[in-house]
Amino acid sequence: MTRRTRAGAALLSIALLTGLTACSSGDSSGDGDAVTLDYWLWDDNQKAAYQACADAFTAANPTIKIQITQSAWDQYWQNLTTQLASGDAPDVWTNQGSYYPQFVASGQILDIQPYVDADKVDVSQYQAGLADLFTKDGKRYGLPKDWDTMALVYNVDHLGKQGIKADDLADLSWNPTDGGTFEQIIAKATRDANGRNGLDPAFDKTKVQVYGYLPEWADGSQGQNGWGNLAASNGFTYLDKNPWGTQYKYDDPALAATIDWFKSLIAKGYSPALDKNSTLSRDTLMGAGKGAISYAGSWTINTYLGDDAKAKFAFAPVPAGPQGRKTAINGLSDAIWAGTEHKDAAWKWVKFLGSADCQNIVGDKAVVFPAIKSASAKALAAHQAKQRDVQVFVDEAQAPGGTFFLPITEHGNEVSQAVQDAIQSAVLGQSDSATALKKANNQVNALFK
Amino acid sequence: MSSTKQRDDRRAAWWFLAPVLTGFAVFYGYPAIRGAWYSVTDYTMLSTPAFVGADNYDKLVHDSQFWRSLLVTIWYVVLNIGSQTVLALLVAALMHRLTRSVLLRATLLLPWLVPNVTVGLLWMWLLDTNLGFVNHLLTSLGVGPVGFLTDATLAMPSIAAINTWAYTGYTALLLYAGMLQIPQYLYEGASIDGAGEWRMFRSITLPLLRPILALVLVVSLIGSFQIFDTIAVTTQGDPAGATRVLYYFIYQQAFSYFQMGYASAAAVFLALILGILTAVQLRLLRASTSDLT
Repeated sequence: MTRRTRAGAALLSIALLTGLTACSSGDSSGDGDAVTLDYWLWDDNQKAAYQACADAFTAANPTIKIQITQSAWDQYWQNLTTQLASGDAPDVWTNQGSYYPQFVASGQILDIQPYVDADKVDVSQYQAGLADLFTKDGKRYGLPKDWDTMALVYNVDHLGKQGIKADDLADLSWNPTDGGTFEQIIAKATRDANGRNGLDPAFDKTKVQVYGYLPEWADGSQGQNGWGNLAASNGFTYLDKNPWGTQYKYDDPALAATIDWFKSLIAKGYSPALDKNSTLSRDTLMGAGKGAISYAGSWTINTYLGDDAKAKFAFAPVPAGPQGRKTAINGLSDAIWAGTEHKDAAWKWVKFLGSADCQNIVGDKAVVFPAIKSASAKALAAHQAKQRDVQVFVDEAQAPGGTFFLPITEHGNEVSQAVQDAIQSAVLGQSDSATALKKANNQVNALFK
Repeated sequence: MSSTKQRDDRRAAWWFLAPVLTGFAVFYGYPAIRGAWYSVTDYTMLSTPAFVGADNYDKLVHDSQFWRSLLVTIWYVVLNIGSQTVLALLVAALMHRLTRSVLLRATLLLPWLVPNVTVGLLWMWLLDTNLGFVNHLLTSLGVGPVGFLTDATLAMPSIAAINTWAYTGYTALLLYAGMLQIPQYLYEGASIDGAGEWRMFRSITLPLLRPILALVLVVSLIGSFQIFDTIAVTTQGDPAGATRVLYYFIYQQAFSYFQMGYASAAAVFLALILGILTAVQLRLLRASTSDLT
C-alpha cells in the first residue's frame, strides 16, 4: 500500500512534522524610501477587489507598494503560522476569529490602539460590535473589513411546484417542540419518489427524492450553517463572555433541544440521516436538486445567485425562535505583524483597508459586505444592479438584537473538533444529545484550566 | 582482486552514495532528531520550545482521543492489509500460472499511478450517498442508498477498499516478480506427481515466496499505519471520529491546534510502534532466509 520502500520510513512521521517548519519564503524588503508590503488573504473571489484597493493606495502613497498573496483557506493558516514561526511573516494579513487568539497570545499581532488614537480613526463607523471583536484588554488587533450573516436559501422552482410561495417563507417561526411553521414548510417541501410531500399520510420516508431541509453536520463548535442560529433563537449562548470567555456552555438544554429537533427531522424523513448524508458540500447538493431549503451565509451569494448556479435560488430570513430571530454575524479584520520592519507603512495600509475609500471599492465589486455601513449599502446596490435580492442579509444585520457573534476564545480549533464530534455522535444516535454535549462541554472547559 | 582495488571501489561507492546519504541526513535524519526533541518540549510553533520532560507522553497516555485513533488505525490496517494481500496474491498467482501479458501488468499498475488525492476525490464522488454513481446503480437495483463514507461502521471499510483498489495491482506485481524467481521445474515435478494448482500454491509458491512476501507485508504495514491522504480528502476523520486515524490525529494536533510538542510525541509513539512491528514481522517471516537455498 505504500510507495515508500525504506523501512526507515517510520521516521517520516516525525519528518513530516518538522520538515514543514523549515521552509520559508517571501520578504518585504525596504529599498531606500520605497517599501513593499506583503498582504495575505484567502478568498480568491476577493482578490480583485483588494487589488483595486492596493492600486488606489499606491497611487496615493507612491513609496508603498502592496504585494498580495492569496492561498486557499485550508493552507492559509498553516502557511501563516509557519511563516510566523520562521520569523518572516507577511506585514499585514486577513484575520479571522477562530485562529487569531493564538496569534494574540503569542504576541504576533501589533497593538494598533496607539495608531487609532493618534489618527483618530472612528471605530463607530463599522457595523455594530465588529470593531470590539478584535480588541483585548484595551489593546486593538485589527480594523474590521467586512461582515457576514446567515439566511435560508431555497430552490425556487422546487418550492413553487410544492405549492410554496416566497411570502410563505418571509416570516417563519420555529420552536424545538413542534418546529413551528418552519417545520411545516420543510415537510411540504420534502418530496418522495411517488411525488407525495412530507405532510401526506402516505408519504414514504424510505424513498425521499428531495429533502425539505439539508443540514450541515461538519460545522465545528459554532453551527454557523444551521444549529447555531436556531439554538441562539432558543436562548443558547456559547460562552460566559464573548470574545475571550473561558467557560463554554454547550451543556445548555436549549442547545440539546435544538439538536433533538434536527434529529426529529431525520426521523420523519425530512432531512437525510448523517450516515446517509453526503461528503460533498451542501451547495453541490442544493445545486443537484437534492435539497429544498438550507442555511447559507452571505459569502455564498455568488454561489447561489451567480451565473454558474445550477438552479434558481432565493434567500429568505432565518426563522424566529422563542427568543426571536437570530443570525450569526461574523467579521474579518486586517492584522499587522508585530515583527514587521515597516510598522508605519503597514498601519497606513491597514487604515486604508479599514476606510470608506477602500471599502467602497470592495462594496462596488459585490463580493462581500464591507464593515463600514455606508459601504455595505454600496454592496447592496451593486447586487441589486445585478438583479440579485440579498436585502435579507442586510436587514438581519441591522435588526436590533437580531445577531450574535461567533465565539472567540483560545483553543478554538480543539473546541471545534470536540463539539463537532459530540454533535455528530448525537445525530448518529450513538449517544443522546444532552449526554454527548455535556461530555464535550467538560472536555472543552478542561482546556482552559 | 587486490586489496588496493577493493579500497578504491569502496571509496568510489561512498562517492556514489554521498548524495543519497546527504539527502537522508538532511530530510530524514535531522528532522527526526528535531521531532524527537520537540516531543519533550511545549513547542507551539510560535513559542520558543521549553523542555517539559515526559509531560507530552503522559498526556498522550491519558488521551482517549489518541487511543481511539490508534484503534481506528489498527482496524484500518487489518482491513487493508488483509484484503490487499489476499487479493494481490490471488492476482499474482493467476498471472504467474496463466498469462505473461505485459498489457495486463500495465493495466494492473494504473490505479497505483493515480495520485492519492485524485484517488480520494474520485471515489468520494463515486461513493457519495446522494450524487454518487455507485449509489445510483445500487438504488436502481433496489438497494440503498448506502452511506459508504458517512456511515460510522462503513466509513473505514470503504476507505480500506479505496486504498486496496489503488494498491493491489502494485502489490500483485511485486509478488509476481517474486514468483518468477521460483524455478519452473518445481511446478513441473509437482504436476507429474499429481499435485493440483492449490496444492502447488500452498507447497511451492507460498513457502518460496516468503522473503518477498515479508518485504511486501512490512512495506504495506508501514504504509497502512501512515494512512492519511485518502482520509484528508474524503472524510476528514468524520463521522464522529470513526475515521480519525493516528496520522490525522497527529496532523490536527500539529497544524490545526499547533501543539507541535504534543504532535511530535504522538509521532514518536507511532515510529516506535512501527519499529517494533517491523522487527517482529521480519522475525516471524524469517525474511533473511529463503527456503530455496
